[in-house]
Amino acid sequence: MAAKILNVVGVSKTFGAATVLSEVSFQVDRGETVCVLGPSGSGKSTLLRCINWLERPDAGDVYLNGARVGVMNDGRLMLDRELSKARTRMGMVFQHFALWPHLTVLQNVMEAPLHVQKRPHAEVRDEALALLAKVGLADKRGAFPAKLSGGQKQRVGIARALAMRPDLILFDEPTSALDPELVGEVLLVMRDLAREGMTMIVVTHEMAFAREVASRILFLDRGKVVETGSPEAFFTNPTSERARQFLQRYADRPIANP
Amino acid sequence: MIRDFGVVWSERGLLLEGLENTAIIAVVSAVLALAFGAVLTPALRSRHRLPLWLARTFVDGMRCMPFLLLVYVIYYGLPSLGLRLDNWGSGLAALVLYNTAYMAEILRGAWEAQAPEPAEAGVAFGFHGLGLFRRIVLPPLVLAAGPVIGNQMIQIIKDSAFLTTIALSELTHAASSIQSRHYVPFAAFITAVFLYWGLCLLVEAGVSALGRVAEVRR
Repeated sequence: MAAKILNVVGVSKTFGAATVLSEVSFQVDRGETVCVLGPSGSGKSTLLRCINWLERPDAGDVYLNGARVGVMNDGRLMLDRELSKARTRMGMVFQHFALWPHLTVLQNVMEAPLHVQKRPHAEVRDEALALLAKVGLADKRGAFPAKLSGGQKQRVGIARALAMRPDLILFDEPTSALDPELVGEVLLVMRDLAREGMTMIVVTHEMAFAREVASRILFLDRGKVVETGSPEAFFTNPTSERARQFLQRYADRPIANP
Repeated sequence: MIRDFGVVWSERGLLLEGLENTAIIAVVSAVLALAFGAVLTPALRSRHRLPLWLARTFVDGMRCMPFLLLVYVIYYGLPSLGLRLDNWGSGLAALVLYNTAYMAEILRGAWEAQAPEPAEAGVAFGFHGLGLFRRIVLPPLVLAAGPVIGNQMIQIIKDSAFLTTIALSELTHAASSIQSRHYVPFAAFITAVFLYWGLCLLVEAGVSALGRVAEVRR
């Protein structure tokens, strides 16, 4: 059996009167790409943010490599300082890129490895340059984020996440803010990562990508995991009515996914 | 009149010393006020009531006090409480305290206009506390607030003229001395005005240089 990197157990979250997540449980094996699908407002992004404790779950636990995230052994909630270690094990890629605007592309990639992980400068720099080459942006290393296209920004975002040598990467709708013609370049990079065995959880609306790349689909609706399974089973023979309706709506769209 | 300016010219050593002192106290106060203001800024956005209240009270108190009165309180008032500062110490303390409040308020405003995502990314990548603030949050604030900080710097230069009242030998004090020694008020004061203007032009040049740095980092 492959090693479980992530174990999410009964995570619930409410905002005021709205229940956003309701006892969500799932596990992720090393090397898996789990695509989280579901209608808008189904709690997909909140689920990602609960995994690295950007949002504190109201109930439930998250275990990373067997260690509980966010709660000390004595039951006390962790401070950001104590959460820092677990967070550096989980890279995150944001819908709106969230690059640091005052730093160059290369500095963005080097910032956390240097100043959070305190790794040696020469090593971090070599690795950052290699990662920028990998995402096709070696020539942009001195540019500031404001000068990049959306697709380039998101590829920097991916290199930034990889630079921490994380155990898994959380992708929060990484292509939703992109112009349609820029989506492909980001998905290509993500597909290569998946093939190289990076563990990834991807919240996305790109059905073609999910179908091709996911090892497993997690379908969320109204804060609950309604269906989980292989992409083949999910897309050809969904068991739940909600998933059928959801897929039907995509199939009915006048223009197919790129 | 030309002769009056000749008199001022003959006292140029005194004027230049005043100019130098004005520049020194303005730069030192601006740097310290910006640093202390940066420290105070997170308190102005605190979710906890006590630090928020303390910071708010200090900032509002300073902003509603005439600067000259603050100088008097520190120089003439504090010795009766056992704290005696000389004129340089008092002048510096007054300028720093007063402008810390403004700098904190300027940075708070810039902070509220920032997109929240980059700071959130900082947290997601393991930054926390002071490191998060200093490395991720603060630099874009200073870049965004550059013109307003420059404006405050000019305010500091002008406010430093009040320190003539506690006999600090800055530019206004020097001009005052020259006029009372030779009775050339117009020439002495107008020369000082132009020297202040020159200082402010330097600040403007600094702000536009910072603006060019900020331009590519938006």
